[in-house]
Amino acid sequence: MLNLSFETPNPGYRLLLALVLGTVLMLLDQRTEQVQVIRHSVGYLTAPVHYLAHLPGAMGSWVTGQARSRSDLFDENEQLARQLLILQQRVQRLAVLEAENTRLRELLNSSSELDTGVLAAEIIGIEPDPSRQELIINKGSHDGVYRGQAVLDASGLLGQVVDVGPFTARVLLITDASHALSVQVNRNGVRAILAGTGQLGIVRLLFVPDTADIEEGDLLVSTGLDQLFPRGYPVAEVVRIEHDRSAPFARVDARPTAHIDRASHVLLVEGPRHLGLRVGEQPDDPGPATEERR
Amino acid sequence: MRERKASGTGAIVITFLLAGWLAILPLPDALALGRPEWLTLVLIYWVIALPHRVGVFWGFGAGLFQDVLTGSVLGQHAVALSVVAYIALAMHKRLRVFLPLQQVVVVFLLVGTGSLLSYIVQNAVGRTLLPPVWVLLPALVSALLWRPLFAVLRWVRHRFLVR
Repeated sequence: MLNLSFETPNPGYRLLLALVLGTVLMLLDQRTEQVQVIRHSVGYLTAPVHYLAHLPGAMGSWVTGQARSRSDLFDENEQLARQLLILQQRVQRLAVLEAENTRLRELLNSSSELDTGVLAAEIIGIEPDPSRQELIINKGSHDGVYRGQAVLDASGLLGQVVDVGPFTARVLLITDASHALSVQVNRNGVRAILAGTGQLGIVRLLFVPDTADIEEGDLLVSTGLDQLFPRGYPVAEVVRIEHDRSAPFARVDARPTAHIDRASHVLLVEGPRHLGLRVGEQPDDPGPATEERR
Repeated sequence: MRERKASGTGAIVITFLLAGWLAILPLPDALALGRPEWLTLVLIYWVIALPHRVGVFWGFGAGLFQDVLTGSVLGQHAVALSVVAYIALAMHKRLRVFLPLQQVVVVFLLVGTGSLLSYIVQNAVGRTLLPPVWVLLPALVSALLWRPLFAVLRWVRHRFLVR
């Protein structure tokens, strides 16, 4: 048997207290939002650590940036100028289209809109646990980030904010195995649930009947029905469909359109739920999209 | 025992912060599977070195810090590190006189216990993809790093007069 020899009074009571406290914390964390206060205050301590962990990578890219040749920069500059021209031309058309869209919606008495507030952030960390797909970004509650906010990159939806610290926030990616959101096929409006698989670069449509009109190459866009993500952003592209007669549903694999493993800057946009809310107001539940799947 | 004035709390806290920094430093995927449990190792060292000061509550605090740092369930690492601190506290006298190899084995068991406890919690909330055997790899790497870390932390303790 263990011969317990302590220098202090028996710490068994302390252990008991720690175990009870820890268990209560775990239960509260799973069931309620109250302990977010603890997370937020410890966040003051963890934020500098996250920023420091980002430092080596940031210095690396700074050095590569410094070491680039003049001609490379000229080339890139020229390319960006060309890209800008193309985008500006598109934006010109967009203004007209948007005005027309608003007019038509007014005619239809529909109040939904696409335009939302946007906040840019930089990715400063990646979740070290390989079984979870999460990112840390350099904006927190002091910048107005809130739980459930949608995160995009230049080419598609990336995920949602699940934890907010004072100066950092944690983003759950759409490829995480516990993530799901409502999408529709851009071509014909067929709706389905898009779930993560835990593997980078693969997401899967759930409960798709064998007869559903979905083809390889179809673009999946967010519907906004989950009350979390804004409507109409590209999410993924269908890459493979398998029909198995013994299975009740078809297996549809898709690839996220966002550059999940390459993005360094992201955009935070307000979802449909927040358009009517005042700044700083928080919904009490994170919504159906974060429900645990078993 | 002789009453001594406690000093050097700042140095202890900074070693924990540095351990947290090492715990989230980006690593290639292949190496990330064997990432050592830095916070557990640092906690074990301080418990053995200063059992009258660093104990179960330090473990709880360090665990809570790790929970927020890695975004796990609040209390997951807090409970695990409390238990590790308690066991280390219970056998700190023997650990001090153990041969290096014996120490490495005990550290392996301690880190493994902590990781398994936190694995159980993680599994209960459905956030594990790998089988529990993978817990052994970080524990093994941690045990191998014990002696070098021990030397570094002992230097820190003497240099900053932590008592």
